[in-house]
Amino acid sequence: MRALRSMGPIFLVLAVLLALIAVANPFFLEPAGFLAFLKRAAPLVILAAGQYFVIVSGEFDLSVGSLVTVQVVVAARLIDGSEPATWPVLALLVALGLLVGLVNGVITTGLRVPSFITTLGMMLVLSGAVFLWTGGAPRGALSETFRMFGRKDLGPVPWSVLVLLVAGAAAILLMRSDFGKRLIATGDNERAAGLSGVRVGRTRVLAFVVSGLAAAVAGILLGGFAGVSAQVGQGLEFQAITAVVLGGVALGGGRGSVVAAMAGAFTLEALFTLLNLHGVSGALEYAVQGVIIAAVAMGTVRLPFRRAARV
Amino acid sequence: MTGQNGLRPARPLAAPETAAPAAGPRGRAALAGRIGSTQVIYLALAGVMLVGWLLVAVDGGNFLTLETVVGIQQRSAALGIVAVGQTLAILVGSLDLSVAYLISLTSLVAAEVMAGQDGGIVPGVAAVLAVSALAGLANGLIITRLHVHAFIATLGTALIIRGVVDHLYDGPAGSVPESFQRLGYDRLGPVPVSALLWAGVAVAAWFLLRRTRLGYRIYAVGGDEEVARLSGVRTGRVIVATHVLCSVCAGIAGLLLAGRLGAGAPTVGTDGGYDLESIAAVVLGGTALAGGRGGIPGTVGGVLLLAVLDSVFNQLEVNAFVKDVVRGVVIVAAVAVYARRTARRRSR
Repeated sequence: MRALRSMGPIFLVLAVLLALIAVANPFFLEPAGFLAFLKRAAPLVILAAGQYFVIVSGEFDLSVGSLVTVQVVVAARLIDGSEPATWPVLALLVALGLLVGLVNGVITTGLRVPSFITTLGMMLVLSGAVFLWTGGAPRGALSETFRMFGRKDLGPVPWSVLVLLVAGAAAILLMRSDFGKRLIATGDNERAAGLSGVRVGRTRVLAFVVSGLAAAVAGILLGGFAGVSAQVGQGLEFQAITAVVLGGVALGGGRGSVVAAMAGAFTLEALFTLLNLHGVSGALEYAVQGVIIAAVAMGTVRLPFRRAARV
Repeated sequence: MTGQNGLRPARPLAAPETAAPAAGPRGRAALAGRIGSTQVIYLALAGVMLVGWLLVAVDGGNFLTLETVVGIQQRSAALGIVAVGQTLAILVGSLDLSVAYLISLTSLVAAEVMAGQDGGIVPGVAAVLAVSALAGLANGLIITRLHVHAFIATLGTALIIRGVVDHLYDGPAGSVPESFQRLGYDRLGPVPVSALLWAGVAVAAWFLLRRTRLGYRIYAVGGDEEVARLSGVRTGRVIVATHVLCSVCAGIAGLLLAGRLGAGAPTVGTDGGYDLESIAAVVLGGTALAGGRGGIPGTVGGVLLLAVLDSVFNQLEVNAFVKDVVRGVVIVAAVAVYARRTARRRSR
């Protein structure tokens, strides 16, 4: 019941936004229209789920946006339109995501660098390195198989929605496992968790690894959906963090559910959709987004978490 | 982060360095620790300059020319001013992600109000200070009254400012009179006016932190807000005042950049990456991201270190992307060194 109350606001906001979209565009109520919305939302929702693991453990991951860009740029260069290269490259991308998460986690917990700085540094390193490698502009092309995940359908259901379902289910199961409980304990009170036998460092490292994996999956979906560009991941880290906070998850860790975090991402995406439908110009969209973020954060985040959550 | 806060030893209410002369050996130990952190950054700065000088010499150039030194000062002035403001926000336990867009906005406000007229300079500067103070006030009130985390609050403000700026402007607008452009380019002997402006802002902030009541309170609130509140500090007011000062610093940087460009530009703040870059410079200077520990001299060192790195890379004609990679590694490595030192002191 308490969980419901703390998660309530975001679902209410989401429901209102979805209703407003349906009024403005009745096509949204048909399966195809709704599935198109889910498909568009999938990368952000997956990223938000990954970011949730890091945030609930009391840290930040600012590197996911540049990691998504890296994934797409690397994929395009390595695949270069060749079908047989697709699967090895996909495996490589997943490995890259896991590796970046591992490095973030080890630097944060091992060297005691605040994750804000670790992942900020990682963001600079990743974006610098990938453009160094490609000489400044993305080159090559993705194969059809690669693009399938982002834009094709399996029967009536888009591939990305299937990926989203699998990722969402995995996130929920993971949070219900012992790992999830250790993660929340770590974020809530590192000391108490450590004294009761949780390997705090290892738990946090795993959270970063999950976030890296989520960024890899989101990158694969976005590459297929939006194509190759150097801007594909820009600002995604802030969107993901915003989504998690909109879901009522406390920055600073220890509180909030992964379902609400994903609902936060859906809410952001619904907001973008609604603004588009009403022809709000691209620029003012940011302003409206800012106002609504402040308002929703006010409504959902009534927990006295500010002190505990200093960056 | 939470855990690190939990593990941090309680700090005295007043800024320890000012209490040091009277506080006996413990105060002196704290003083040594504080100086140590600043020393590290200046040692690193000297090291980078030495290595840079050697590398450039091997490459057949000369690093320590007047031109380079002036260039370093000029390049670092805007970031330096923003970073001084950001230091205040971080010391109080907050942070400001809206500075980059605020810089763009204030450069436009300055250029539009001045409209190329000498008579417009005073109203232009006044308008910029008013706009930036207002933005800081909004940040501070959203954080303290609405209890929104600073990260989200200032991100929201940033989006709002971005929306307004992008909606109203497609490119450079307004113009700044010749006499105001001197701010960007003139120099007194070897010292650029912009560097003097930066020095002035830094000294003012240093004075505020070390010699005024508000300064002590900023350290106190950043060290432990609950303890500060129970000791009678109106913590909300301190946080709001700090955010106003931080935003005013961003406004001053906006004025400087408008002077340099001769006009306002809607992307000048974000192109410079002043939000994350200023936070990085502050942390590089040894100020703790959790608040309550650090100061202006470290930040100045951090900004100079980044500028010297940039300058060395420019002279060696290193690829721009390598710069980003090195910058990222340097920032993380520096903070790792600080964390290690803090941990060692704690275990003593």
